[in-house]
Amino acid sequence: MTAPAPLPDISGYSIAPERHWGRWLAVAVILLLLAALGRAFAVGMIEWRYVGAFLTAPAILTGIANTLVMTVATMALGIALGVTTATMRMSPNPVLRGVAVGYVWLFRGTPVILQLLLWFNLALIFPRLGISGVWTVRTVDVMTPMVAAFLGLGINQGAYTSEVVRAGMLAVDTGQYEAAKAIGMTRLLALRRIVLPQAMRVIIPPLGNEFIGMVKLTSLASVIQYTEILHSAQNIYYANSRVIELLIVAAIWYLAVISVLTPLQMLLERHFARGTAGGR
Amino acid sequence: MTGAADHRNPIVSIVALEKHFGAFRVLHHVSLDVFPGEVVCLIGASGSGKTTLLRCINQLAQQDSGAIWVDGELNGFTIANGRLHRRSEREIARQRLATGMVFQRFNLFPHLTALENIVEGPVEVLRRPRAAAAEEVQALLARVGLADKAGHYPAQLSGGQQQRVAIARALAMHPRVMLFDEPTSALDPELVGEVLAVMKELAASGMTMIVVTHELGFAREVADRVVFMDHGRILEQGPAEEVLLRPREARTQAFLSAVLG
Ligand SMILES: Nc1ncnc2c1ncn2[C@@H]1O[C@H](COP(=O)(O)OP(=O)(O)O)[C@@H](O)[C@H]1O
Ligand SMILES: [Mg+2]
Repeated sequence: MTAPAPLPDISGYSIAPERHWGRWLAVAVILLLLAALGRAFAVGMIEWRYVGAFLTAPAILTGIANTLVMTVATMALGIALGVTTATMRMSPNPVLRGVAVGYVWLFRGTPVILQLLLWFNLALIFPRLGISGVWTVRTVDVMTPMVAAFLGLGINQGAYTSEVVRAGMLAVDTGQYEAAKAIGMTRLLALRRIVLPQAMRVIIPPLGNEFIGMVKLTSLASVIQYTEILHSAQNIYYANSRVIELLIVAAIWYLAVISVLTPLQMLLERHFARGTAGGR
Repeated sequence: MTGAADHRNPIVSIVALEKHFGAFRVLHHVSLDVFPGEVVCLIGASGSGKTTLLRCINQLAQQDSGAIWVDGELNGFTIANGRLHRRSEREIARQRLATGMVFQRFNLFPHLTALENIVEGPVEVLRRPRAAAAEEVQALLARVGLADKAGHYPAQLSGGQQQRVAIARALAMHPRVMLFDEPTSALDPELVGEVLAVMKELAASGMTMIVVTHELGFAREVADRVVFMDHGRILEQGPAEEVLLRPREARTQAFLSAVLG
């Protein structure tokens, strides 16, 4: 046995910077590909001045406004239905549970475009709505493209949102329900004040995802003549045949809206992370 | 010891309680009276049914048969025409206000500050104005030694501080009886003392308390009565000195020597 060699004293050393050769190479390749792609579009059969001209055309602006209105309205309906359905689903009452399960089954089980067409054509089933003899209206007068899109997209969204909300509520510790009951809360009060605020941390990321999905899903309402942005773009290119230019206009607007929504989601996430290591 | 237990009318009266989980019998013919101002310590091996008994008292769990009376009211049922009628959820929530529960794992609301945790019940359940409630809660926080922690979230508090907030949260509802389920078992040893100190002060103030605990020193010092549970039954009970120092039952002796190591 020899005496162990003394360990070197490293207290005076600095840490050498790491060199990420791989990353630099990847960035170079990506920039090259982007440049090639950009050039292809620049010399391709696109009249960019039409893109610029139609970007702020009144019909396009109306379209994007309608897209936004429909997104907010259907998500509001979807969240209201989703929270209600998730609450019913977790109720001790078997009738409420059954209704919730049936609703999710029906609306998740059929394509949303089919539901839109059914709502829009409701007059074929029920020519008049209301209470017969007291007050009725013609269905075609009520079921405008806007109302049909709102009901079709919102009710369908509620079925999906209820599962997101339910997952969030299941993620909250059962000790929280018990502590809430122990201070005299009823089940609904405990859900509203204690469980849902905590579930929001789990709910917000997938809900943000659904919100962004809805911005684009509203384009389906173009098939029932709702004048959201894609429908507006189509109306214009049916007249002037600038198909690609107008599709690019619509794409730019979708990207712009979604670029604004993403940081909003992060703000919400931070708000509901109150009291955890991540938030304040 | 408060000693001055009122032996006329029990504030909690448990009569022939039975409870099963499936085929497993958790509580078997448990009868127990607790009198106003009395401090009763429940001891017994893990799995002997202590938590289940507390949960039945505040109706977080339902017994299969037997009755629990709290402050003169039958838990969970009204009596009319010689029959029992189940109480509504709202009625049961109201009955729960007679008992305050302190959990082993604190169960503070993590999204609310210490003050908001305690104010929640008075404002949302008792419908007190928030400002008045907050003032009273500040006094409660001072009583449990946390006057300077009102704005802290549970995650920013030590276990001992969290449990003291939990005690204040229960006290804010002005319960007639406080139930403690091993309030110090989840704590680091150096934090146990601060929670026991708050409980001692509470006992000295005349609060009726049912305490599940393995802190035999606390039981000896504070309890008017010690109840030993074994396999879902009450095997032995009596004054703290008697049960802890001169247990009659062999099982009690075995349990005590195991806890004392
Ligand atoms: N919800 C439940 N379902 C099934 N078994 C349970 C449930 N709660 C408690 N038990 C069982 O009942 C027994 C008594 O539990 P508990 O009252 O928690 O005892 P203690 O608090 O004395 O440790 C244990 O064996 C436990 O496993
Ligand atoms: Mg227990």
